[in-house]
Amino acid sequence: MVSTPGLPAETNEGSSPALEVRGLTKNYSVGRIGRKKVVRALSEVSLSVEKGEVLSLVGESGSGKTTFARAVAFLERPTEGEIFVGGRALPRRPSRHRLRDHRRQVQMIFQDPYSSLDPLHSVHYSVARPLRSFGLVPRHAEREAVVELLDQVDLVPAEDFLFRYPYELSGGQRQRVGIARALAAQPSLILADEPTSMLDVSIRLTMMNLLLDLQRSRSLSLVFITHDLGAAYYMSDRIAIMYAGRIQEIGPASEVMGEPKHPYTQLLRRAAPSPENERQQGTQFEARGDPPDLTELPPGCPFAPRCPFVKSRCRETLPELRQVGAAHRVRCVLYD
Amino acid sequence: MNWRALRHNRRAVAGALIFALFCLVALLAPVIVPYSPSDINFTPLLHPSASHLLGTTENGEDILSQLIWGARASLFVGLVSGVLISLVQLVLGVFAGYVGGGFDMMAVAVTNVFLVLPSIPLLIILAAYLQGGGLVMLIAVITITGWAWGAKVLRSQAVALRERPFVQAARVSGESRSHIVFAHVVPNMLGIMVSNFFGAALYAILAEAGLEFIGLGNINDITWGTMLYWAQQGSAILLGAWVWLLAPGFCVALLGTSLGLLNFAVDEIANPRLRRD
Amino acid sequence: MPPLLEISDLTIGYGWQLPPSVVAVRGVSLTVAGGEIVGIAGESGCGKTTLALAAGGLLDPPGRVLSGSVSYQGTDLASLSAEELRQLHLTEISMVFQASMNVLNPIMRIRDQFHDAMAAHGVHWSEEAREQAEETFDLVKIPRRFFDAYPHQLSGGMRQRAVIALAIVLRPKLLFLDEPTTALDVVVQRSILQSLDELRHELGFGIVFITHDLSLLVEIADRIAIMYAGAVVEEASARALYDKPCHPYTSALMNCFPPLGGPHQRLEGIPGQPPDLRNPPTGCSFAPRCPEMIAGTCETVDPPTVRRGADHRVVCHLYGERAADHG
Repeated sequence: MVSTPGLPAETNEGSSPALEVRGLTKNYSVGRIGRKKVVRALSEVSLSVEKGEVLSLVGESGSGKTTFARAVAFLERPTEGEIFVGGRALPRRPSRHRLRDHRRQVQMIFQDPYSSLDPLHSVHYSVARPLRSFGLVPRHAEREAVVELLDQVDLVPAEDFLFRYPYELSGGQRQRVGIARALAAQPSLILADEPTSMLDVSIRLTMMNLLLDLQRSRSLSLVFITHDLGAAYYMSDRIAIMYAGRIQEIGPASEVMGEPKHPYTQLLRRAAPSPENERQQGTQFEARGDPPDLTELPPGCPFAPRCPFVKSRCRETLPELRQVGAAHRVRCVLYD
Repeated sequence: MNWRALRHNRRAVAGALIFALFCLVALLAPVIVPYSPSDINFTPLLHPSASHLLGTTENGEDILSQLIWGARASLFVGLVSGVLISLVQLVLGVFAGYVGGGFDMMAVAVTNVFLVLPSIPLLIILAAYLQGGGLVMLIAVITITGWAWGAKVLRSQAVALRERPFVQAARVSGESRSHIVFAHVVPNMLGIMVSNFFGAALYAILAEAGLEFIGLGNINDITWGTMLYWAQQGSAILLGAWVWLLAPGFCVALLGTSLGLLNFAVDEIANPRLRRD
Repeated sequence: MPPLLEISDLTIGYGWQLPPSVVAVRGVSLTVAGGEIVGIAGESGCGKTTLALAAGGLLDPPGRVLSGSVSYQGTDLASLSAEELRQLHLTEISMVFQASMNVLNPIMRIRDQFHDAMAAHGVHWSEEAREQAEETFDLVKIPRRFFDAYPHQLSGGMRQRAVIALAIVLRPKLLFLDEPTTALDVVVQRSILQSLDELRHELGFGIVFITHDLSLLVEIADRIAIMYAGAVVEEASARALYDKPCHPYTSALMNCFPPLGGPHQRLEGIPGQPPDLRNPPTGCSFAPRCPEMIAGTCETVDPPTVRRGADHRVVCHLYGERAADHG
């Protein structure tokens, strides 16, 4: 699905994508007066997510993936760029009413189950809040709606969990409450920011399966943010690789993982622990340099200092995202 | 807030009992006072005796009656100032810290100005300028000089809470700003806010007594501070009228201590790391 | 020649009174030879960190060893005085904890922290000492110019390497690493692991590598012990464990790491939760969650330890005599 600049993407059914962003940029200003620096956390990111699709956003810390989620959820005001949800543009300075509308459509699941629930409020309270603030359910039906939601995230028997407090729940249970809370708003898009990275390994799969089941049954669009390549491959239809605040590669999961084109994707692939890699003593893993300093990005490709295939052109101009497959694009001089 | 811990904490219990005692005395003052506190018909400078348990002043007033009556003023000034200061801190500290942006910048600027001004000289200057105003004037002056430090502390706490995931989740859940402040931010910093309140009340009581002692209050009011003023004017030390001088001072100190004890306890309860299990 | 580290039937509990309220480690036995990497895998609450602390002589009350022993090069650690134990640290046994990039004192330069550590063990700060310290930077691949810097001037990955450098500066023979790379990016993690592997080949120390990431251990460890609810349930060479996992928990755990490619298959995690160690269950602690539980046996009878080939042992009824009864 190629999106034409200036127009929302059109699918065959003629409906708009669940989410579309164009040129999304977020800069932060840090430092004291006289010594201010600009952190370019997100630079000109454009992508779209179809209805019912799962897109994984993969990157290491500092890649901009969390900033992306926060910008789309409007927890931070983007410096530049446009956001379209279901084809509707979100104004640069939305009114309170418009913002509430946006929030109802776009929900978020947070990374740390130990701090994403208010410790002073019960499970019922946390899950019921969206119902109340978006006026989705009359007061007398609230409890029933919460029970229904807890059921859907497998916190059963739901009545037992209604009035428990977060400190009485395990990490996995807390995260389920977080999912129930996100679902309560009946959103069309969920941004899941590393929802399993702080959970025990044996629970991660259960949580990922839960998200997939819920996503399928409700035709939700899901943006799954992670640094874990295996999880990304498991969860998603498409994968986008981010580095230094930009998308470096994006395409169907099997293509991006099976035949990674961008040197950074290849590096990630080789670095990921994989039992199949066991005893590959021959392959020396060379990872030169450190992740980029977002306040002093060099001109040209941000990965150039660490790239084994670097050419002089790489340091001069930033390559564009180029088509290398039907739905697969890469930002690299090698494919210009 | 952990109520059970409150009961078991000896300092809290001690502080609460003393404070409750003063409150009781202040409330029942018209009933329990042996004589009218402003009655000047008694023999002056009597030593403590059966009819005048704490003796009399140079003007012929019963000290015990004055002491009992003085509790009302101190508690009134202490509690009202405490509440007013807390309100200002709520707006210019907690709310500003959470909301950020222009309002916060303005609040920080104002807070910094008041922090830089030395409070005691300012207190004295303001009281002198508004001389003879009595308790209400004192409350105003105390509030103006006493809010800044706590506001700074509360603001930092609010800023830290603003970044916590559960607060951001509340925003994503569509909750309004004021709801988030009162349902999520304030409850999670309640310990420090209550502690600030006690600190403010303590400051108020001491400031009131101090200002009245140097004659900047309404010297015709009957408060512990004015008792000290008159005792000083009447050269109580030279005349050996110890009780007249020490009794009001002791009461100020005791009431202040009870607030301090309550403050310690709140600290321990709100900050689990300070608890002595 | 006694093994570098020998843990014999170690049981550790937490609690201020006896009997302790929680038994965190039950009857664990493990040996580590010089130059070997032994991995301990398990999830939160399995006791792996407690085990490491005790084995490194760092267990403080309310934790205490209830029975069993830990011997370093034949010497029982319990027989050493506090001072003797202190002297062992850093010179013979070193530990690196999770997220220990925060262990560095933020207001001291790194070289001063090395100075402190070395001086505490009687190494006078001279040109040679400084050279020895800077050499460790080469070994962990940090540019030497950072030696005089403050910790905040290094990235997270570099700080973690610096902590590892500090742990090996006095050339210990045994190194404990508790989740050393969990807080780091996958690329940095890979780099550090490679450095560690090279180091142990060069310097010949033994490594105990504790992590929840079993797929990582299969790649780098020589032998792996799987812990669950305080006990070792399976131990084998990494190759044998990967090719033929015996214990149902091991196989289930291995399936918890979705592959990086191949056909999209639905995997299942392990339902349920680890047991509450304050009320330990009877029989096998994994029974409630085990897909191959033998009814009537697993929940009541403690599972036996069975040898499955040289160097491969598993604690499970499936391989004991009772398995034969149930076909």
